[in-house]
Amino acid sequence: MELLDRLEMAEVEETLKRLQSQKRVQVIMVVNTEGIPIKSTMDNPTTTQYANLMHNFILKAWSTVREIDPQNDLTFLQIRSKKNEIMIAPDKNYFLIVIQDPTE
Amino acid sequence: MRPGWCLPGFQSISVGRGTRKRDEDSGTEVGEGTDEWAQSKATVRPPDQLELTDAELKEEFTRILTANNPHAPQNIVRYSFKEGTYKLIGVVNQLAVHFSQVGNLIPKDSDEGRRQHYRDELAASSQESTKVVISETEILEEEEELKETEAETEAGSQTDMPVAEVAEKVTEEELMTPKQPKERKLTNKFNFSERASQTLNNPLRDRECQMEPPPRTNFSATANQWEIYDAYVEELEKQEKTKEKEKAKTPVAKKMGKMAMRKMTSMESQSDDITKVTQAAKIVERMVNQNTYDDVAQDFKYYEDAADEYRDQEGTLLPLWKFQNDKAKRLAVTALCWNPKYNDLFAVGHGSYDFMKQSQGMLLLYSMKNPSFPEYIFSSESGIMCLDMHVDHPYLVVVGHYDGNVAIYNLKKPHSQPSFRSSAKSGKHTDPVWQVRWQKDDMDNNLNFFSVSSDGRIVSWTLLKSELVHTDVIKLKAEGSTTDGLDGLQLHTMGCGTAFDFHKEIDYMFLVGTEEGKIYKCSKSYSSKFLDTYDAHNMAVDAVSWSPYHTKVFMSCSSDWTVKIWDHTIKTPMFIYDLNSAVGDVAWAPYSSTVFAAVTTNGKTHVFDLSINKYEAICSQPVVTKKKNKITHVQFNPIHPIIIVGDDRGHVICLKLSPNLRKMPKEKKGQEVQKGPAVEIAKLDKLLNLVREVKTKT
Repeated sequence: MELLDRLEMAEVEETLKRLQSQKRVQVIMVVNTEGIPIKSTMDNPTTTQYANLMHNFILKAWSTVREIDPQNDLTFLQIRSKKNEIMIAPDKNYFLIVIQDPTE
Repeated sequence: MRPGWCLPGFQSISVGRGTRKRDEDSGTEVGEGTDEWAQSKATVRPPDQLELTDAELKEEFTRILTANNPHAPQNIVRYSFKEGTYKLIGVVNQLAVHFSQVGNLIPKDSDEGRRQHYRDELAASSQESTKVVISETEILEEEEELKETEAETEAGSQTDMPVAEVAEKVTEEELMTPKQPKERKLTNKFNFSERASQTLNNPLRDRECQMEPPPRTNFSATANQWEIYDAYVEELEKQEKTKEKEKAKTPVAKKMGKMAMRKMTSMESQSDDITKVTQAAKIVERMVNQNTYDDVAQDFKYYEDAADEYRDQEGTLLPLWKFQNDKAKRLAVTALCWNPKYNDLFAVGHGSYDFMKQSQGMLLLYSMKNPSFPEYIFSSESGIMCLDMHVDHPYLVVVGHYDGNVAIYNLKKPHSQPSFRSSAKSGKHTDPVWQVRWQKDDMDNNLNFFSVSSDGRIVSWTLLKSELVHTDVIKLKAEGSTTDGLDGLQLHTMGCGTAFDFHKEIDYMFLVGTEEGKIYKCSKSYSSKFLDTYDAHNMAVDAVSWSPYHTKVFMSCSSDWTVKIWDHTIKTPMFIYDLNSAVGDVAWAPYSSTVFAAVTTNGKTHVFDLSINKYEAICSQPVVTKKKNKITHVQFNPIHPIIIVGDDRGHVICLKLSPNLRKMPKEKKGQEVQKGPAVEIAKLDKLLNLVREVKTKT
């Protein structure tokens, strides 16, 4: 059991490292359901700002989706802007936020 | 009454409505004496008396005496709810009450009356009893005295008399006593005075007690559609759990399972936070890749080479993604297989073809959604030479190793170790395993697969419970090579199998290609004899493949630079193609019976379409980045118009087929396009017939 968990951990860490090394990926953040950042590749104040703003947005989107059909659920959220693209993958307990430069 | 004798204006009067009292003089009561008295005096007129004429005075007014109440209303109207209108009440109550007083008399027979009577009697009897007692004692005393006097006096009559007198007295007294309680004093109800007194009022004082206020928090909640839904779902789950618990009370084994489950969940919660993000990380990775390779993804989906129209039946292959992994960099791609269930998942086997440089092997499974990293990685000690995925259980992958072992990997279990493995004990091959194929489950529903190897054995492996059990199906004997050994033994040199393929429909029939260049048609039931032999090539047969549509046609390729198409009933090939370089692999296209692809060691991929061009490839394209790379395998995707090509540097390239390469039969007007396999078979048949005719002629 513990071995599995350790393997999982290693796997996830590796995945995140790979993500970071991908082309044009700027920031990776892990935020918990209350909006508190757990892991981040950015400095603290910016991270906190992003986490706060994202948190509200995610909850709004999630609430909207479920309001329309309670059996539905949010799987992925993407915000594309001129300068970058913010991708958010919600999970049971955490949100994974990745900011990438758009390919254009 | 005589009219006119009294004061003018006076008429006969009666008590009635609007009784008008005429002056002070109401003469009805007056007797005769009054007449004279009235006449002697002059009529006195009060100054304000009404002045009427004689005629008016003589007018007679009639008054009617009725028993009506003058104060009662004449008509009473009540609102009737039933009819919704005001209705006149017929009879009006004419009762007039003149005087009423609430009295304080109560009937004797009523409760209160009886109670009072009883109380009086009690009071009276108590007085009476005391008096009676007194009188009795008196009587007793008197009697005693009398008796004493009797005793003293002797005369009987004298004593009698005083006794009688005493007795009378006594009776009188007795009579007297009962009367007395009746003559009780009555309280005066009219002359009543109340006396009251007031005590000193104590000064009031306020006393208070206050608790600490209870802790308060603000609570707010929303009641959204989804919150309501969630609450219901939770409730449902709770109910189901209670049901399960009731059921699980009897079987103990289930309890154990539950304990294990609980342990697992607690373990999960204890583990590090970061593992929870696995799922999200995967999705994000794919999205990031999609962004990075956005143009490629767009091409894959939508790009159709427009230049094909001008190209006169030739087609091109558009390179899409490139899959490579650091760990497999030095290993050649030895096997490719698409997953039958998930069309974006494919497996790549890595090993080495070089006899001298043998190292580890790897099994990587990629998804097209994530070109940068494989979904699953398995490593093994010996190079992997071939692999196959089960159609019904798409998570089972069987591989054959260079050291002759076969193994089954279960993708559901993420361990790097295979689930089942053969070993020297369980009958592994003594030479590299060149091909493995899953078969249908046998009668006991056990999984089984076939493997062919250079040691000349074709072995059927069955998975019994958790072990691999092997059965030699055929031993390939190189025909015409029996040599006489010592002691008259006949030594058979074993042929070396390098490729095989099972017929799509005829289950027991399969083809085996050997290193000598021969292809044997075999049956699973006959272990020693071949159904047929074809002298196919001059060098080792690299691949054989039955056509997915046509039941009679198969194809073979070899390092002797040729690709040959056969009809299994005819000993000579139908079509032969020379590709200027050793052919590593051939594959039929799943969408057309006349299209197939071949890859050569000079890095080129050739695509043929027999319905367009019987003699040449319609596409010959170098696809590898470095010219030195040799392509080893090719596979068509069952659904999408793409092929994957593996080279000996460990790279897998995904290419898109241009429209010319995927020409479907032209639809005739009024007919449906999708006629399926029948059309394809017919197409191929036509071509073959042409060739056959030619052959028979020559």
